[in-house]
Amino acid sequence: MSLQIADVGKDFGRHTALRDVSLDIAAGELVCLLGPSGCGKTTLLRIIAGLETASRGRITLDGEDLMQQAAHQRNFGMVFQSLALFPHLSVEDNITYGLRLRKVPAAVRRKRAAELLDMVRLPGVARRPVSMLSGGQRQRVAIARALAIEPRIFLLDEPLSALDAGLREAMQIELRELQQRLGITTIVVTHDQREAMTVADRIAVMNGGTIHQMGNPLDVYRRPADKFVASFIGQTNLIPANWQGEQLDVRGTRFDPGQATRNTQPETADGRQIWLSVRPEDLTVLDQGAPADPNAAVMEAEVRFIRDVGASIEAHLELPARDDLPPQALVALVSRDKMQHLHSGDSTRIQLSAESTVVLAS
Amino acid sequence: MSRLLNRLFLGAIGLFMASPIIILLGVSVNAEKRLAFPPQGFSLRWYLELWNDAAWVNAISNSLLIAALASLLATSMAAPLAYGLWRRRTVWLRIFHAFGVAPFVLPPVITALGLLSFWIAVGGYGSFYSVVISHGVFLITLPLVTISLGLEAVNKEDLEAAETLGADAGARLRTIILPQVIPYAISGAAFAFVLSLNEYIIAYMVAGFTVETLPIKIFNSLRYGYTPAMTAVAIVFALVTALVFGLIGYFGDLPRLLGAWKSKEDS
Amino acid sequence: MNTTPAPATTLQGFSRSESVAMAWPMIMLAVFFVIPFGTMLTISFFERVPGGFFEPGFTLESYARFIDPFFFKSLGMTMMIAASASVICLALAVPFTWSLSRMRHHSRVFWLVALLSILSLSEVIIGFSWSLLLSRSTGIGNILVWLGIENRAPKLSPGLGAVLTGLCYLGFPYAVLVLFPQLSRLDPTLHEAARMLGASPRRAFMNVVLPNIAKALVAAFIMVFVFTLGAYLIPQLLGKPQQWTLPVLIADQALFQSNLPFAAAMSIFLLGVSLSLVVCVGWLGRTAPHDQDDAHDDARSEEA
Repeated sequence: MSLQIADVGKDFGRHTALRDVSLDIAAGELVCLLGPSGCGKTTLLRIIAGLETASRGRITLDGEDLMQQAAHQRNFGMVFQSLALFPHLSVEDNITYGLRLRKVPAAVRRKRAAELLDMVRLPGVARRPVSMLSGGQRQRVAIARALAIEPRIFLLDEPLSALDAGLREAMQIELRELQQRLGITTIVVTHDQREAMTVADRIAVMNGGTIHQMGNPLDVYRRPADKFVASFIGQTNLIPANWQGEQLDVRGTRFDPGQATRNTQPETADGRQIWLSVRPEDLTVLDQGAPADPNAAVMEAEVRFIRDVGASIEAHLELPARDDLPPQALVALVSRDKMQHLHSGDSTRIQLSAESTVVLAS
Repeated sequence: MSRLLNRLFLGAIGLFMASPIIILLGVSVNAEKRLAFPPQGFSLRWYLELWNDAAWVNAISNSLLIAALASLLATSMAAPLAYGLWRRRTVWLRIFHAFGVAPFVLPPVITALGLLSFWIAVGGYGSFYSVVISHGVFLITLPLVTISLGLEAVNKEDLEAAETLGADAGARLRTIILPQVIPYAISGAAFAFVLSLNEYIIAYMVAGFTVETLPIKIFNSLRYGYTPAMTAVAIVFALVTALVFGLIGYFGDLPRLLGAWKSKEDS
Repeated sequence: MNTTPAPATTLQGFSRSESVAMAWPMIMLAVFFVIPFGTMLTISFFERVPGGFFEPGFTLESYARFIDPFFFKSLGMTMMIAASASVICLALAVPFTWSLSRMRHHSRVFWLVALLSILSLSEVIIGFSWSLLLSRSTGIGNILVWLGIENRAPKLSPGLGAVLTGLCYLGFPYAVLVLFPQLSRLDPTLHEAARMLGASPRRAFMNVVLPNIAKALVAAFIMVFVFTLGAYLIPQLLGKPQQWTLPVLIADQALFQSNLPFAAAMSIFLLGVSLSLVVCVGWLGRTAPHDQDDAHDDARSEEA
């Protein structure tokens, strides 16, 4: 089922947690609400669930107005950050809790619980108290319980944050497979951008109560809409620059970002300050004596520190202070063979070109 | 060395705590009707006499009935108050919470005299039910504290989870809150029951000359001369008290009830 | 979910049935707790009718009776007895509670059951058994005779020593239960850290544990003081008339001297003293750090 969120806002006293957010979610889609803590993502999820009342705006499900429905009438399955497994009930009683409220006969409930436990790959624990389960098992029970009511929308609030790294990655893949198999419209709240990239069809990057960017994971990574998105999704180097005619001036060196980029910019007047976002893997470190791209800006840099991160080498560079500009630290990810002759303290050159940089107006 | 000292210290405290019970036990099994310790001869006749003497039976049944009714009354008042406070801490609820805790913290003679003046003024002085109500109000503190503890143990996210699964307010109360809080309510009622059984001054001031509870009966017979039945009844009483707390300790989480954060898990 | 502040009425934010349920304890407490205290306060200003009871009026006569050497003497005795008993109780309870909070679950429950049983044991029973223990015929004095130290068992009760012993017996479990939450919540690594730095167990306790529970100790002292202040039967059963404390005098005036106004006035006085002491405890508690709750709250209000 498709969900339409229109201009939803939420105030807590004088503090505005959510500033008129709009978002359309298609049937069967998995959307991640991604952002740092306090960005309003959990508030938005709780408003969708009906656990919080919106101060403004409207939410509809396939055109049906949800604003007058209490949480217990919406039939949305939700997995909580604490998992919220009922401590006084067994695994089976937890899973069939919603069915019992819907007066489903006991035999049907038991059969359904067994099916759901099979589905989340946790057979044979139905009779156990939830306190005897491991972290990963509790996670699966919480998912099974939310899915038991055949929810119209599936909501997950930081569902995997309690698990350790290895298990978390495995569960992300499992969760995504399960969601695609069921074809259920799903919203996941997370602060972990890797998790969002793994599971989502689309990511809504949130900060300060607004959605900064909405798009598929690769788009959001490759073409961040602003400084916040660029630095929150993955690692990036942010370098201040300004427009000079058709060209961009970076610390006294200029290059042409191309007509296409210029067209996306709100303002390209001379002296207009912008930022260049360069991903570490896109930052080109020139070999000694290697020819520079004539269309690129080439700058002297000093190697401060080199770190082997396994698949490649991470080089920490510094552009020296210049005029009134302070030194600028940069991180580059380069292949192993290329870095063999570079050491801490060496001088080298980097180049910035239209292909490797994203121009951010704000 | 310090381990040994610790053991000795605990042993001394244990002896201090147990000695009154030991002497009562010893005196209560005397064969003759006289105060003697160590006991001279062994007999349980004083325990039997309790059941044959109408005055003692009357005092015992008075006390048990008052304690049962008062603890039910106290719990029935404590539960909604604790629930309300757990939901929202409004000014009025906090004021009434203070009223609920105050009688227990202040010297009981104050409450006793207040109730005495009240019952004289409204005309319930000397009545059985005045004692029940007075004890119920006096002992509300115990179920109030234990039920509040039980409610604090209920995770609010559990309630939201139940809500998303289709539970309305009534169903949430029935299926999530009550099952987790009832053990605490029972503990609180048991605490109140035991304290009502042993309470003297309020019962005495409200109806001391007409309704004889066990502590009053013991004190009265102490004043009018010694009978070994007193020691027997004291022992029975101490046993009932220890039994009730033993049960709470066995089924409930006593360290948590008494305010330790960590309890069973860290043993 | 409505967070707009409404006028502070009792039932704001509650459903109809919840409000009805909450009205029950409120009405009961108002009628059977607030009104009795009001009645007592009123009576304390009434005029006493010698031989009769009292009649309505307004006089400070009952309060004027406080200015009397006899009353001051009893008051002094009451305070002295309660303070000494509290000091002894705490001296025993602090090391005991420290051991208790470090015990394993089962031994801890055993001791707690024993403490609670004694705490709720009727004062009549406690007073009676200690009068036996301290008497000439059945008492512990006979051990001295048996050991050949004395040739006649001493009579230890009634007397000041007997009252203090009884009150300590009454107050000890209470003191332990007041200290228990504080001591069992204390970070055990604090003590271990001091041990690792070379402090003996006792030194670590004195240097690290005690300063951290200083406020709790003062609070516990006041609570035990107020608790023993309320003892009614022990001073009567184990003491001589000059050791009768304020509660005994109050009951005596009310029931046997038929002077309810004076009893009420003394009661109001006792209420004032103990209430201000308890408020001190509340104030101490508020300034004490309780950081443990915060982690939980942070997680909850992350986005609120």
